[in-house]
Amino acid sequence: YNNLSVLPLRDKQLTYFAAVHGSTVSLASASADGLSVSHRQLQAKEGGLAVSASIVTQASWCVLPSRVLLVLTSQKGIQMYESDGSIMVYWHALDVLEPPPAQAVFARGIAAASGRFICVGTSSGLVLVFDIPSKGTNITLSEVLEEHRDSITDIASEDGDADLVTADDSGALCVWRSKEEFSLLTKISAFGWTCSSVKLWNGVIAAGYGNGQIRLYEAMSGALRATVSAHARWIYALDLAPLTGKLLSGAEDSYVQIWKLSRSPDTGDIEIEHCHSECVTDTQLCGARFCDPEGNAFAATGYDLSEIVRYGQV
Amino acid sequence: GKTALLPQRTALLMGSFVFAVMNDIITTMFNKKFMEELFKPQELYSKKALRTVYDRLAHASIMRLNQASMDKLYDLMTMAFKYQVLLCPRSKDILLVTFNHLDAIKDFIRDSPNILNQVDETFRQLIDMYSCLSAGEFQLIRQTLLIFFQDMHIRVSIFLKDKVQNSNGRFVLPISGPVPWGTEVPGLIRMFNCNGDEVKRVEFTNGGSYISPQREGSFDLYGDRVLKLGTNMYSVSRPVETHMSGASKNLASHTKENAAPNPLAKEELNFLARLMGGLEIKKPNGSEPGFRLNLFTTDEEEEYAALTRPEELSYKVINIQATQDQWQNEELARIMGEFEVTDQPSQSTSKGDDLLAMMDEL
Repeated sequence: YNNLSVLPLRDKQLTYFAAVHGSTVSLASASADGLSVSHRQLQAKEGGLAVSASIVTQASWCVLPSRVLLVLTSQKGIQMYESDGSIMVYWHALDVLEPPPAQAVFARGIAAASGRFICVGTSSGLVLVFDIPSKGTNITLSEVLEEHRDSITDIASEDGDADLVTADDSGALCVWRSKEEFSLLTKISAFGWTCSSVKLWNGVIAAGYGNGQIRLYEAMSGALRATVSAHARWIYALDLAPLTGKLLSGAEDSYVQIWKLSRSPDTGDIEIEHCHSECVTDTQLCGARFCDPEGNAFAATGYDLSEIVRYGQV
Repeated sequence: GKTALLPQRTALLMGSFVFAVMNDIITTMFNKKFMEELFKPQELYSKKALRTVYDRLAHASIMRLNQASMDKLYDLMTMAFKYQVLLCPRSKDILLVTFNHLDAIKDFIRDSPNILNQVDETFRQLIDMYSCLSAGEFQLIRQTLLIFFQDMHIRVSIFLKDKVQNSNGRFVLPISGPVPWGTEVPGLIRMFNCNGDEVKRVEFTNGGSYISPQREGSFDLYGDRVLKLGTNMYSVSRPVETHMSGASKNLASHTKENAAPNPLAKEELNFLARLMGGLEIKKPNGSEPGFRLNLFTTDEEEEYAALTRPEELSYKVINIQATQDQWQNEELARIMGEFEVTDQPSQSTSKGDDLLAMMDEL
């Protein structure tokens, strides 16, 4: 889910894009005027050796205070690169049981958390927490969160009372707080549909589901605050612009929908309003991201589409 | 010399050929051993392996195809299947599509109780194995299949005519019609307070024009599937055409897979051998006239198509004979040896219009 990741580099006036396509990740950087500057391709490799091609599930930039890492998840394991994809700094192989199980094995769901961790989900429902030093390759697996029983789909984080949200195939959500270790705050039950994408903003969880619905929850209590019949097909991607509370959703129905989240400081009421629709004709969207933290521009990718489509506010 | 056949007798002869071909192919495909192998949990085959199995199945009867026609048939099959998987409204609908396929197959062989039983048995196994999977698991299957078919944009005449495919080879995705079962028609926002009471309701326009679905398709052995995907594309007689020109522009890196010198990994070869062990290939004996199916209008056109097929789109079928030396296991080699299909000299079948029209029905 969400095969697109965007890294805006304000100081360089560049935007990096990473799009997953089967077993490769294509990296491109573009300047503000839209001219493409450079390209690179990454593959899911086992510890640096190109063994057999494995399907990449996601690629995502994780922004930490001291460094930015590009994380790739695949059927073989987890790779972490320097932000331009030039050097791989860490490799974590997923345990493969012998004989091969009837269940698929893969890593999926990536998020930076609490300024020092990168959390990655697995097909068995585990969430691996990696401790990231401010520089160098001494990355260690510091904790494994065992709460989900189905494959992890997405992970989101923000700095607040609730630090981390993890979502799985069954549609269950777990909310965590991290001090020295992660502790479970609350669990939100599934209602029968996969939660494919999740975001955290201002103590509000935004979750996108396989039946096209978006739901908003109160992060601390897990209470349902809004339901939106947003799309006619499976939602693949949600993204948030943290400075404005804009939310975008992309689905297999070809639509990107833009929303505005708001939270009243006095009443605590959570509201969502619809701002804009954009149809990417004949394209089942696989990924969608804002290109800047205000949410003035966004990009989308689709199945069988070899381009990244960018939209800007005029 | 051949005596001229009356039109009715030609039709009757063709009818019996068609029946024999259908019967043989379906019997071969639903062979118990073959199905057992298919139902084992395993990785998706490589494109080469799939094409090899397809070739063998296509030759499971007295029907023969030249390379060009075989390529065309395979193109048609892959694009049709891609279309069906892509357009599934719900991920679980890929199972309904499979059931539509099986329903149609059962209709072809409804007068042969033995094969019918075999197909029903497979049907039951599918129900047992897949009915309990979650929507997320179905979506993973669907995504894996879609990755397999990614970047293939061969234009298919019937799809172009029906406006389900654009001239650039991409499929048309409708933004109207019924939403999938379990999905609400987009357009409503409901907001709740911290006690769970609904406090506000707002409508919005999402851009499409959707309506509620009528009913859910049946996942039982018999029932109305509701979904039309996977039903016979040719229930109204239409020409069989695929277009190669322009398709080569759209190919991406997946073609590199076909260029590898060593065609298959050892495990995949072993798997194929076990799979083939379940396929009983019928070889036409001398007295029975075989017939050759040509999916082009003339023999010359077929030859030309074979010569001009873009390199990146040629399916490199595994030459099993050549790789036998690699195998330690003599048993495997023996099984594979049994599948060396010798080319029957093509009989001088009449290329009358009736014959072609009948072939187009397939």
